Amino acid sequence: MWTNPLRDERDKRLPRIAGPCGLVIFGVTGDLSRKKLMPAIYDLANRGLLPPGFSLVGFARRDWADQDFGQVVYEAVRKHARTPFREAVWDRLAEGFRFVAGSFDDDDSFDRLAKTVSDLDEARGTSGNHAFYLSIPPGAFPVVTKQLARCGLAEPTSQDEWRRVVIEKPFGHDLASAKQLNDIVNDVFPEESVFRIDHYLGKETVQNLLALRFANQLFEPIWNSHYVDHVQITMAEDIGLGGRAGYYDGIGAARDVIQNHLLQLLALTAMEEPVSFSPSALRTEKIKVLEATRATGPFAETTARGQYAGGWQGGQKVPGLLQEEGFAKDSTTETYAAITLEVNTRRWAGVPFYLRTGKRLGRRVTEIAVVFKRAPHLPFDQTSTEELGQNALVVRVQPDEGVTLRFGSKVPGSTMEVRDVSMDFSYGHSFTESSPEAYERLILDVLLGEPSLFPVNKEVELSWEILEPVLKYWQTAGKPEDYPAGTWGPPSADQMLARTGRHWRRP
Amino acid sequence: MIIDLPSTTTSQVNSKLVQVREQGGANTLGRVLTLVIVTDDGERTEDAIDAANDASREHPCRVIVVARGAKKAAARLDAQIRVGGDAGASEVIVLRLYGALADEGASCVIPLLLPDAPVVAWWPSEAPARPAEDPIGRLATRRITDSAAEKNPIKALEVRQRNYTAGDTDLAWTRLTLWRAVLAAALDLPPYERVSSATVTGEGDSPSTDLLAAWLASRLRVPVRRVRSTTGQGICAVALERRSGLVELERPDGKVGTLVQPGQPARRVALQRREIRDCLAEELRRLDPDEIYENTLKALPKIERTRSAPKPKVKPAQPKPEESPKPSARRAKAVAAARPGPAEKAEHPGTAPKSPPAKAAKAKASGKAKSGRAKKDDQVDSAAGTPS
Repeated sequence: MWTNPLRDERDKRLPRIAGPCGLVIFGVTGDLSRKKLMPAIYDLANRGLLPPGFSLVGFARRDWADQDFGQVVYEAVRKHARTPFREAVWDRLAEGFRFVAGSFDDDDSFDRLAKTVSDLDEARGTSGNHAFYLSIPPGAFPVVTKQLARCGLAEPTSQDEWRRVVIEKPFGHDLASAKQLNDIVNDVFPEESVFRIDHYLGKETVQNLLALRFANQLFEPIWNSHYVDHVQITMAEDIGLGGRAGYYDGIGAARDVIQNHLLQLLALTAMEEPVSFSPSALRTEKIKVLEATRATGPFAETTARGQYAGGWQGGQKVPGLLQEEGFAKDSTTETYAAITLEVNTRRWAGVPFYLRTGKRLGRRVTEIAVVFKRAPHLPFDQTSTEELGQNALVVRVQPDEGVTLRFGSKVPGSTMEVRDVSMDFSYGHSFTESSPEAYERLILDVLLGEPSLFPVNKEVELSWEILEPVLKYWQTAGKPEDYPAGTWGPPSADQMLARTGRHWRRP
Repeated sequence: MIIDLPSTTTSQVNSKLVQVREQGGANTLGRVLTLVIVTDDGERTEDAIDAANDASREHPCRVIVVARGAKKAAARLDAQIRVGGDAGASEVIVLRLYGALADEGASCVIPLLLPDAPVVAWWPSEAPARPAEDPIGRLATRRITDSAAEKNPIKALEVRQRNYTAGDTDLAWTRLTLWRAVLAAALDLPPYERVSSATVTGEGDSPSTDLLAAWLASRLRVPVRRVRSTTGQGICAVALERRSGLVELERPDGKVGTLVQPGQPARRVALQRREIRDCLAEELRRLDPDEIYENTLKALPKIERTRSAPKPKVKPAQPKPEESPKPSARRAKAVAAARPGPAEKAEHPGTAPKSPPAKAAKAKASGKAKSGRAKKDDQVDSAAGTPS
């Protein structure tokens, strides 16, 4: 076993630079690629984390030469990169840009891709290490993976080399299709070479959840059903679905967000302490907690869904979903979804987990709120604690990343009056604004072959198993309820919590 | 916002800070550390504050600048508070000390330290010989010096080595991180071979070059030569000798490095010299003692210093008039071809050959004989600034 004499675990300054490698992006003309991937790659280069000789190959149906592609990347980087632009860094990076024009069903273009890739091994020393980023609709996965296998790109030619594939959500639209998709991908790439991007897991705040829970003495003792009343996990967006009908109609909020992002956040919130932070130990715990999770019924009372109607939001008049271009006038696609889950373990028995997500809500926010039980006895007059709510610990995932602790405090004055106050920890205050962006972290992890932050096929399938009963019920339950744009969802969502005397936090 | 408090006391400064906070909201909470900058009052003070403000975007901190003014003046403390747009993500308190007070900076700093937060002291130019025993250094968990900014950098580094205390660090060490990262990454990959010797080339008065050589010596436990270059800036080149050939990383122009390994195409890598603010931000990331730096300092005496080496055919530090797109591909081949005995061709005089033929052995012997004297010469030369 080789140990690099220049490395020492005490040497915390030394970053891990990926070994020689290249990245091939399919669907390179897409929004994600321009707004997130290209800037992230530049930022990585700027931080000195990419290997010398790193190469980026774009594949798309455009009549571009390498230079045109370089120009597109340049514009994307200038516009969206987070670190300052440095000519020297850019020049080195740009030397490794290649573009292959072609369509997915064209053998010839994939042969040219294979040629380009092997040329890069030769000229730039990428040493046969390549990652393929499929930023394309899942419908195109079978043909692209088959093409990659056909021209020998999917399999490394020697032991020292690697080939990896990166895929984005949606991972199917139900359990059966998710399994099918996994089969298609695993048919060509073994599971350890498949990296499913859930960009939420790349966020600092989400990783901080693990630090908060497992590095502190303060929180873990109360992190259970003795003290926790319930947990609310929210991902709200203020934008509508204009222009996304093709993707969204028939999919809906639950499939789009709850199945992946929110269930992953739930897993990290509810899981037991992993024995170590190795990828496999982490996955073991996540899988355990997902296996113990069920949707609580009866669904007519424990779930809610809605569809935004037109109205005024943030000073603008916005159309309702049914008026958005591309959506059927009788579409039953939900843009708001809320469900109740139970985690059947000793730690969490009896603690409901409420998950909600929606478009055109009050504002853009993602947070995990752990709401604690009331103190069993209050030695104050009834009147003095009237305004005291429940204590809460809120992990603010985005925006304004941080942690809020809500507790009661005496109102200054001659009478004893207790009211809720917030104690804030904000990343912006205590650490950096230039902390790496989620995609930076995830792309680097792909190149390093570090799989901790990527869900495996088992997790994807378990998530679908949890969600499927609810989806089946909704299919039979008619149309979603309307809610005005800019509010916090339909009335049924409030009723769903009010039944047990609880209410949604206003994030 | 800049608030001037001429001829004041620290308790007045403190109450002003609280007042500013109450007026402007909670903008001073959540600081993670106090950074104390110790400097002579002058033009460079502002540069240091700028660097600290930039670094504060990553590490919001309270910056206390102790600027020592004229000692002959009457004892006086002038303070200035900067918050908001004038202070990055930090709050800056500039203390200008005059007269007898100039040497009593610590007494002015203590009341202004953030409660329970780490203290970092930074001397942007001349540092005390024993930072850990300096009154301000004693308050700090971490003490940052900058050998390269001192009058005699190499000598400053020797002083650091003699007086090292856990918690000391030097920006000359921080400037190396990119180099070290690229070299470590190169050895992460096959062929997994032992490095038998190494050569580091750089400017005569570049403390970073010395530290890089010492780091290699401490990690690899092999002879490491330090060659002086008369042309490049800072560190110019590193060569690691392995059985299959040389791993070379060179940076002739101070911007772009080229990594050459046998059997692989030359790879170019951006290796620009790091700015102070980047170095400072890196320093503030770690607040624990840096054992690797300590070991590196200890290894400084182990490196073999040579005067400028005999002119090789391809000298790593030679300035290249015009960078051709693939400057080293040819060389990589040449090296690969010369694999059995790279020393024979004396292509890389800096590397001590493993199984030396007669010629190389002689070269080695003479190099050794010189090294004792070379050390002294080094200092004389660098002080006088005459290339040998």
